[in-house]
Amino acid sequence: MTKYVDQGKNDTRSGYGAGMTELGRTNPKVVALCADLVGSLKIQPFIDEHPERFFQVGIAEANMMGIAAGLTIGGKIPFASTFANFATGRVYDQIRQSIAYSGKNVKICASHAGITLGEDGATHQILEDIGLMKMLPGMTVINPCDYNQTKAATIAIAEHQGPVYLRFGRPKVANFTPVDQKFEIGKALLLNEGTDVTIIATGHLVWEALIAAENLESEGISAEVVNIHTIKPLDDAAVLKSVKKTGCVVTAEEHNYLGGLGESIARVLATRHPAPQEFVATQDTFGESGTPSQLMEKYGLNNKAIYEAVHRVLKRK
Amino acid sequence: MLSKEKHELLRVKAKDIRREIVTMVHRANSGHVGGSLGAADIISALYYHVMRHDPKNPEWEDRDRFILSKGHCTPVIYAALADCGYFPKEDLLEFRRPGSHLQGHPYQPKTPGIDASTGTLGIGISTGVGMALGAKLKKQDHYYYILCGDGEIQEGQVWEAAAFANKYKLDNVIGFVDRNYLQTDGYSEKVMPMDPLAPKWESFGWKVFEIDGHSFEEIIDTIEKAKKEKQPVMIIANTTKGKGVSFMEGEAEWHGKPPGKEDFEKAMLELE
Repeated sequence: MTKYVDQGKNDTRSGYGAGMTELGRTNPKVVALCADLVGSLKIQPFIDEHPERFFQVGIAEANMMGIAAGLTIGGKIPFASTFANFATGRVYDQIRQSIAYSGKNVKICASHAGITLGEDGATHQILEDIGLMKMLPGMTVINPCDYNQTKAATIAIAEHQGPVYLRFGRPKVANFTPVDQKFEIGKALLLNEGTDVTIIATGHLVWEALIAAENLESEGISAEVVNIHTIKPLDDAAVLKSVKKTGCVVTAEEHNYLGGLGESIARVLATRHPAPQEFVATQDTFGESGTPSQLMEKYGLNNKAIYEAVHRVLKRK
Repeated sequence: MLSKEKHELLRVKAKDIRREIVTMVHRANSGHVGGSLGAADIISALYYHVMRHDPKNPEWEDRDRFILSKGHCTPVIYAALADCGYFPKEDLLEFRRPGSHLQGHPYQPKTPGIDASTGTLGIGISTGVGMALGAKLKKQDHYYYILCGDGEIQEGQVWEAAAFANKYKLDNVIGFVDRNYLQTDGYSEKVMPMDPLAPKWESFGWKVFEIDGHSFEEIIDTIEKAKKEKQPVMIIANTTKGKGVSFMEGEAEWHGKPPGKEDFEKAMLELE
């Protein structure tokens, strides 16, 4: 199986911060907004280099989305950032009305997504954001898997005309994608070729999928691993190509099984190539306090859960 | 000072707008007639005297902008935009119908002259303030006129935007609160008291003027004063909901009720 090496644990939000630093130097149209979470979003270097291109809106996320929509008028590309919960659920109407409905070129950049926000608990965790955002017409939804990919995605979305939801996380996780890998919106990445089962993962679950595939390989099970960083628009062709080959699929995401990546994959398969599917995702529940790894274990969001789901789906083939 | 001729022009335009409002809402059998009638004089003053704009060139970057934050009052703005020539008057026949660009609430990508999509209350002011900041960044010198409903300002987001506009000293923002004291559920001070209103805006760092929102002189003189300020300005415009149609004036029930045939004919007689 293709070998992936952790180049050193890092948080995806730092990938966002690094991407913003680079955009600050290369794209003068990019401006940044934040709602009192500059440190958490890792954008201080951008602010230090371009104080005139940063707007601190205070703890007022609804207004931030409106200001960002307004700022597009002169061709600016606003990157509005806060925690995923406050960047989606709290301001769904503002995103819907002021950004999506008019197709405004706003990038909503959301850190601390999912259950790995950890100890602050369910009020600050969000497991519904992919669903909320993907349902908005015209919204692009991206959930990169590691530091390098988040940095690349941040840079790539500046070149994309239209609203984007970029979702990333808090904890330090394996950084394993190539540092120079080009980020193509809407293009799935085949990480490992296999023949028995397809594992389609997004975000923090991609690394876990690779570990699961390794463990399965030792049992003689050949797992194909696909990294779907762009949940919308979905790379239907890549999904179909893989599942037509393997005949079954496990989807893995740090999100509710309702409304997430798994449901998007199920739609493609149900309409084009029905196949058994198992969902690694939270089971219509809120989170709770705990360390990221404790919660990933408890809510079945790790390589062990993927491994078990593969065994379940193989029986249904 | 307004010349006699100009005053007469604004009066006639406001009356034409009111006739069009009543007609559109009657024809569509849906829409917001009361708040639209109440804002007709402000709209007339803005579009036929105050604003720097060119209906033949809605893409003109440095024109003044108008944001209808009380987005339900589309009839008043559609009537003015059509009369100015932003789009053919025949389009008004399609108000609130499938396929029309004249949606129930403003849709910026499709309607020439509409500067922000609004509808859910409290969001237009944020977008307008953000646009005003964008203009500052480009060192443009045009103005953003934002019309808020007095029920709308019960939304918390309005005050987030107010704080932001003060922080960035956006002196290119001239807002109006259409103070007619009526909203869907009745008298606004009973629904949710917001008085004393002027000190609220002042404490958020805005310069506040209070005027008669049906006096062209007061509207225009106050905007001239507002342009001299170095901070965002809120004009509290005291208005009468339903202004111009006696049986609609001051009646909350005409917030969102379309006039039937009889009421329509009565209203049009009054607006002769």
